[in-house]
Amino acid sequence: MIGEINNCRPYSASLQLVGKARALADRLNVPVEVVLLGDRLDEPAASFIAAGADRVFIGESPAMANYQPEAYAEVIVNLVRARQPQILLVGSTFMGRELAPMVAARLQTGLTAHCIDLVLDENHVLDQQIPAYGGLMSILCPEKRPQMATVASGVFPNPEPDHSRRGEIERVAIPADLPGRVRTVDIVKESDVVQSLSSAPVIVAGGAGAGDDAGWRQVKALAGALNASLGCTRPAVDAGWAELETMIGQSGKMVSPRIYIGVGLSGELQHMVGIKGAHIMVAINNDPKAPVFDQVDYGVVDDCRTFLPLLIEKIKTYTEQSCTEIRRGRS
Amino acid sequence: MLSIVVCVKAVPDPKEACKIKIDPGTKTLLRCDVPMVINPLDRHALEAALHLKRTGEASITALSMGPLPAGNIVKECLALGADRGILLSDRAFGGADAYATAYTLAKGIEKIGAFDLVLCGMASSDGATEWVGPQVAVFLDVPVVTMVKEIQEGAGRNWLVKADWEDGYRRVAVQLPALFTVTRSLNQPQTLSFSGIIKARQKTITVWTLDDLAVSPETVGAKGSPTIVARLGTIQNKRSVKMLGGTAEEKADALVGILAGAGAIG
Repeated sequence: MIGEINNCRPYSASLQLVGKARALADRLNVPVEVVLLGDRLDEPAASFIAAGADRVFIGESPAMANYQPEAYAEVIVNLVRARQPQILLVGSTFMGRELAPMVAARLQTGLTAHCIDLVLDENHVLDQQIPAYGGLMSILCPEKRPQMATVASGVFPNPEPDHSRRGEIERVAIPADLPGRVRTVDIVKESDVVQSLSSAPVIVAGGAGAGDDAGWRQVKALAGALNASLGCTRPAVDAGWAELETMIGQSGKMVSPRIYIGVGLSGELQHMVGIKGAHIMVAINNDPKAPVFDQVDYGVVDDCRTFLPLLIEKIKTYTEQSCTEIRRGRS
Repeated sequence: MLSIVVCVKAVPDPKEACKIKIDPGTKTLLRCDVPMVINPLDRHALEAALHLKRTGEASITALSMGPLPAGNIVKECLALGADRGILLSDRAFGGADAYATAYTLAKGIEKIGAFDLVLCGMASSDGATEWVGPQVAVFLDVPVVTMVKEIQEGAGRNWLVKADWEDGYRRVAVQLPALFTVTRSLNQPQTLSFSGIIKARQKTITVWTLDDLAVSPETVGAKGSPTIVARLGTIQNKRSVKMLGGTAEEKADALVGILAGAGAIG
């Protein structure tokens, strides 16, 4: 698998993949090997071994401290040709999402996007599962090798690190002249809104059923009234109401709120698989046949454009009343 | 003058896409008459090309692959301001995965001739992958930058772009010819104008088949695809739902009670 680090520490998507790779490798009786490119990699390499890797190939160069597309692809393609792995897993990070298709095209093999599970079938072929059109679709790469897949952070659990595990660290040669057609100048950090959604205890998520800009403002207002984080489905992003960073699901964020409220969304699996272990799930949708109602604990059939203002009003009233009661209790 | 190719895909209108289901028996899509539109992200790619044409000199070719009705979205690109429209259409192209699609599009671009820039949306809305753009770049042997959110046209062939990255962005120096996949934050696509529609009436699109691309049928469509859809299963995430009944007022009261009980309010 292709490992990745951020500020000298492995990305969670990378470590989680090591855990999964370990389980697959044990069944196939093959080693787990990680390729890690960048600069000063001994320490992160040790984390990958503790997470379950047998061997970590490190390619170090100050010029490659930041992700450099063509050089990274070149080193990885050469290593894969030499090692001939059956499976090559990549985290669905921004780097992985650019690098994986380049590597797959150069190796002339298949690549499955944003899998939500990876299992071995009876022929030991990797069954790469993605949600699609109301079901779980199994994608196979029957002939070409390696079988390649990307997986988002949060799909698999973090492996328990075992610092007594032994593994090898091997250095790979970096080509002296890095290809120069495209070069990462720098990586600029802004905010981490994304984190807040991933760890939010209450999430309101809106979809196409919000109807229009005014409808979306109501969805936002509901999130505000509940002091909840606002998430969305792809149609809401397509409509220009919400930022891509707040999209929940297979190709967006994985979330695990205590309380989830889906508003004007149909319950597409691409979205629903992004919500894990919620204690209470609620859906509001005007279509009683919407599949979302099979996947939640409480359902309200109503047009959210008229229902939300009413609900928000009642939430505000309730909040004010309980504040008043608390104040009375104190006095 | 910049020569730009914009790759566009016809997708079921995302607003109605939830109506689409898979026939579990045949594993084919039951589209249920959902209208086909330009993939929303590809509209941003086209807009980026139109912007470059407005600020400098550029010729824009819209390129798509799909059955003949997909020609409608190529025509829409002409109405929006593209100079030329090409549809790659052949029975042999059907059933392609991202790899085979990228290969076919790359062959189409080779046939178009010399180019400076290829633009694609960073993903398609119909649940597919983000792989087509970067893989087209590999097949054309040009550099790629994915998830571009800002283009700073450089002097000559060296450009600087900003691309999405975890918690921020990445600044990338890139030499043309190159391929960019673009995000929604790049621009705001313009809507169709009446004069655009009138002008596009005089333009026709070109259809290229397998023979026109001079590729082997083994390298395209389902035959050229490394991956296959093997099975369609179900996901076990069912919950038993309690539907709240009554008037809107009563439903809202009941919901407030549930949310308060769960500790979400109060």
